[in-house]
Amino acid sequence: MAEVRVAILKAPGTNCDMETAHAFTLAGARPETVWIEDLKAGSKKLNDYQILAVPGGFSYGDDLGAGRLMASELQHRLQDTLGPFLDKEKLVIGICNGFQTLVKAGILPSGKLGVEQEVTLTGNDSAKFEDRWIYLKSEFNVCIWTQGMEDLFELPVAHAEGKFVPKDATVLEQLLGFGQIVFQYCDADGLEAGYPANPNGSMASIAGICDPSGRVFGLMPHPERHLSALQHPRRGREGRSGDGAGLQIFKNGVRWAEKHS
Amino acid sequence: MTSTASVTGWRFSVRLKEEFRDGEAQGLLSDLADLDIAGVNKISIARVYYLQGDLSSDALSRIERLISDPVTELCAAEPLSGGEKPPAAITVEVAYRPGVRDPVEDSLKKGAADLGVTGIQAVRTAKEYIFSGTVSAQALERLTYKLLVNATVQQVVTPAVREKIFWVPPAVAATVETVPLLKADDAQLQQISTRCQLSLNLDEMKTIQAYFQKAACDPRLIELETIAQTWSEHCKHKTLRGNIVYTEVAGGKSSQRTINNLLKETIVRATEELNKPWCISVFEDNSGVVAFDEKYHACFKVETHNHPSALEPFGGASTGVGGVIRDILGTGLGAKPIASTDIFCFARPDYPKEQVPQGVLHPRRVIKGVVAGVKDYGNKMGIPTVNGAVLFDDRFIGNPLVYCGNVGLLPVDKVKKTVSPGMAVVVAGGRTGRDGVHGATFSSVTLHAESEVVSSTAVQIGDPITEKNLTDALLEARDAGLYSSVTDCGAGGLSSAVGEMGEICGARVDLEKVPLKYAGLNPTEIWISESQERVVFAVEAGKLAALLALFQRRGVMAAEIGRFTGTGNLELFYQGEKVGDLRMEFMHHGVPQLARPAAWTAPKPAEPKLQPRTDYTDILLKLLSRWDSCSKEWIVRQYDHEVQGGSVIKPIGLGPSDAAVIRPRLSSNKGLALANGINFRYGDLDPYWMAVLAVDEVARQVAAVGGSLDRLAILDNFCWGDPTRSEVLGSLVRASLGCYDAAKAYGTPFISGKDSLYNAYRVGDKAIQIPGTLLISGMALVEDCVKTISMDAKKAGNQLYLLGLTRKELGGSAYHAVLNAEGGQVPTVDLKQAPAALRAFSKAVTAGQVVSAHDCSEGGMAMAAAEMAFSGNLGIVIELSKVPADTKETDALLFSESATRLLAEVAPDQCAAFEKTMSGFPVAAIGEFQTTEDLVIHDAQGREVVRASVGQLRAAWQEPFKDW
Repeated sequence: MAEVRVAILKAPGTNCDMETAHAFTLAGARPETVWIEDLKAGSKKLNDYQILAVPGGFSYGDDLGAGRLMASELQHRLQDTLGPFLDKEKLVIGICNGFQTLVKAGILPSGKLGVEQEVTLTGNDSAKFEDRWIYLKSEFNVCIWTQGMEDLFELPVAHAEGKFVPKDATVLEQLLGFGQIVFQYCDADGLEAGYPANPNGSMASIAGICDPSGRVFGLMPHPERHLSALQHPRRGREGRSGDGAGLQIFKNGVRWAEKHS
Repeated sequence: MTSTASVTGWRFSVRLKEEFRDGEAQGLLSDLADLDIAGVNKISIARVYYLQGDLSSDALSRIERLISDPVTELCAAEPLSGGEKPPAAITVEVAYRPGVRDPVEDSLKKGAADLGVTGIQAVRTAKEYIFSGTVSAQALERLTYKLLVNATVQQVVTPAVREKIFWVPPAVAATVETVPLLKADDAQLQQISTRCQLSLNLDEMKTIQAYFQKAACDPRLIELETIAQTWSEHCKHKTLRGNIVYTEVAGGKSSQRTINNLLKETIVRATEELNKPWCISVFEDNSGVVAFDEKYHACFKVETHNHPSALEPFGGASTGVGGVIRDILGTGLGAKPIASTDIFCFARPDYPKEQVPQGVLHPRRVIKGVVAGVKDYGNKMGIPTVNGAVLFDDRFIGNPLVYCGNVGLLPVDKVKKTVSPGMAVVVAGGRTGRDGVHGATFSSVTLHAESEVVSSTAVQIGDPITEKNLTDALLEARDAGLYSSVTDCGAGGLSSAVGEMGEICGARVDLEKVPLKYAGLNPTEIWISESQERVVFAVEAGKLAALLALFQRRGVMAAEIGRFTGTGNLELFYQGEKVGDLRMEFMHHGVPQLARPAAWTAPKPAEPKLQPRTDYTDILLKLLSRWDSCSKEWIVRQYDHEVQGGSVIKPIGLGPSDAAVIRPRLSSNKGLALANGINFRYGDLDPYWMAVLAVDEVARQVAAVGGSLDRLAILDNFCWGDPTRSEVLGSLVRASLGCYDAAKAYGTPFISGKDSLYNAYRVGDKAIQIPGTLLISGMALVEDCVKTISMDAKKAGNQLYLLGLTRKELGGSAYHAVLNAEGGQVPTVDLKQAPAALRAFSKAVTAGQVVSAHDCSEGGMAMAAAEMAFSGNLGIVIELSKVPADTKETDALLFSESATRLLAEVAPDQCAAFEKTMSGFPVAAIGEFQTTEDLVIHDAQGREVVRASVGQLRAAWQEPFKDW
């Protein structure tokens, strides 16, 4: 089986690259930090990788809005390399700031470049940056990254701008109809609930979406921060050990890429 | 000045669409209520961008897409030359003052270039607030300056200001001022020190005069400034290294001793005598370095940024965080920052508004600003903020304390720095501006109402993304071996950084080569500017090109500005002309030793008369709701404490954690426990015991999570008042003596430290001195993170053990504070037994005998038990008759803050093993965890004195910051 190569895309201000790379290593892939400048200069080529991961952080300081400047770069400086990548049988995951970037570039939910922005991630209702563990549920969806995951699990969120808002009701209906809603925030019983279960006030409690093909996935919670039970806040009282819930996402991506390369 | 009509440019404003809730505006409305300003029913906030240049309509729409979100926001653009339109509503627009740079300006230029928009000459940002409803002119003025504008760095955009919105400070003639020093008499010398903001005393000025008399020429200002920076209290710790005649009066007896160098005789001496092989580099580099594993060392540094935070809380705190991170980057050949700690002391948030002294910000605003600053910088750097504390006392009203700590990982082969003649001096990271001029000397003066005006340049705005980029490029260059030495530009700027690096061999700097933020800085300003986000490298000639190319590739500024020489002199040039020349030897070793008297008089420890009660539930709930002890969830959740993925014991899990535990290498289970000990109230009674108790608290917290006390390193941070007052210096001496004894007893070396003196605020002719406040920060090795435990109660049926002897030690306690009682016996420590008891406890934890543990500190045993109970949603029944104690008084048994005490939850099948591990120490099972949800405590006679449900306890703990 060919080794799966993962490009961990890095822009100034990206800061979850190391732990995201670690997640892909644990999943059996070969991650590599790829600076956006190196792609622009052509010294690295996206085509050499099977998976593109856009990690969390504050790309360009989130100046002008979370993910906005990096999204603009993807649209206007990297279109010649990213466009073909999206058209091929390849995978993309955007976590937190990476999700914000993909959404603002119009790559989610469409899966394509050159599409107008249809949804956004805006300021949390609490008006604060918040780091907390939340429950997520996963119902019917086409996302290849999350197949076989448990119905209810926990990941941490850490963001100030994570409130999911679609442009209009039609967009939301389409997301639902095409199975593009991947994760929803919920309470410990798996029911949709208000703050803090829904930490940012997201519409329809949406925490993560994918494109219609299921290959391009974006989410606000941090699966790379729950790879091991050691990272869980109630490890002691619940006697947790072994892998954390987030690892499955990376394994799914890598297994799929192995089969399709 | 250009007239409005000739300004070519556009004003863009971006605001949320009506249907979205603007959290910031809501927050502002509640702040208005705090100010008793009624009549405003709605606030609309817009981000404003001024763009200078000719823009086509296509360019305008591209810019709109770049700066606004089409789903949630509306963007409007108007030409600047359109003349004055009367504002439609009550509007306040706020912008930074000229010369203060908002990093967003560069981002916008870059984003526009990506979109193919050219011709933008300048960008300025602002914020617009539109108020609906009725507001009187006075109320508007008040809310503007209390809430919207910090006049130190910001201004209201009036039509006149808007006309000059793109104005930059003018170029200053690059003349080099000469100061008439040689013939100055004593009075004139002191005048020169004051006029030039040198903060040097007469003795020091005379030493400098003698140096220049030998050279037979008057000094240039740049030379005087260089000496002042190098000799500042901030850089040289003149007081702690000074000659002190210390008088102590206790128990009717007076004793006197002379201390030649307090730091050397106490803190450093303890470390030298302990001589631990795992101490790799102590008191030498920018942080203390200890061994971690076979590949990495761990380093730790804690700094203070008190004075800047008093004037501009957001900027002061954020640059405090940025500064200590650079200390880690500047350790060895550069360590990777992996965790932050932040400890604050403020006046209480409900301080009466009308009593706030003139020129001082209300504590609520200071708190919000400081927390926002730490959050902004730490989160954007991607460094988890994992540990902290917040304490309150009204003596901090004019001078809050902001301690910022950072931990790093340094590869074992990157410890040694080398600087040799011929190497290039390279400055990298941020550009140099006029910001922070005189920061080092400013930190050595007492604040007063005019400080805001005098020192507006002493305040800085941080730019975390520049520092993040610098960090990434620096670590890449380190691993490629592209430089030989690095240090950060902190207080004193290039003057201190190059001065330190070139101390042995000498250096030449060509000041015109330093990349500037804007034109117009004179050579002296370039040299002493404390602009943030800068480091200095020493680079071998053969590697210079590769280093500069790497930094250029990563978009990080780096420039060669000079050479290290073999002259032993510091030589400064500007455009080829020599503007300064000083002997390194004189700069670094010429400062005359200070001589100061110090005195400490033991207060009379009268016990306050307190009526015994039949029920203490109410007191316990009050203790939980104290500002100092209550939940800081509002703060902790705003910090990203889990980035980098290494968080094991989080600062706030289900309740308030003791030490934080991180696992810095994700491929290993080895970890670090981080803890802090601080309580100035003990210092009011006896600074010696304050110091010992702070070390004991750190050791307790480390033991509680299962960290190794054989591998605990500590840091000292002294924040004191004006050391020229003998009683202030006396208490500092007494605390230092406590540090020495405690470090020796616990076997824990000091590896780094810092002092911040002159923490006082002058109102008229009266100075409010802060209480002498010692922070001890601890970092301990955790052999296996899997074996660490959290503080929440785990299971009904388990036993609650108390380690340590409870005595009637209520002096400085939280219990006394809620009853407004003074005096009493401060807790003391049995220095023979305590270290062994805590080591045994840590062993019990790692052996799996304990499932939860919590440190008894403020509020004593009852408070710790309550926190365990509500965190785990389990009741506990406790019998005070079983508490190992030498007092029978119920309040002391509940709330005494006797040291070296920990609560432990032990499963029934582990009780025998736990008791065996702890044998020889005072320990007893005092209660049992319940399936019911009540905390119940019986006094020695079996009468119920506390009963509260875990819900009640939790609610009391969460109450104070609930709506922040």
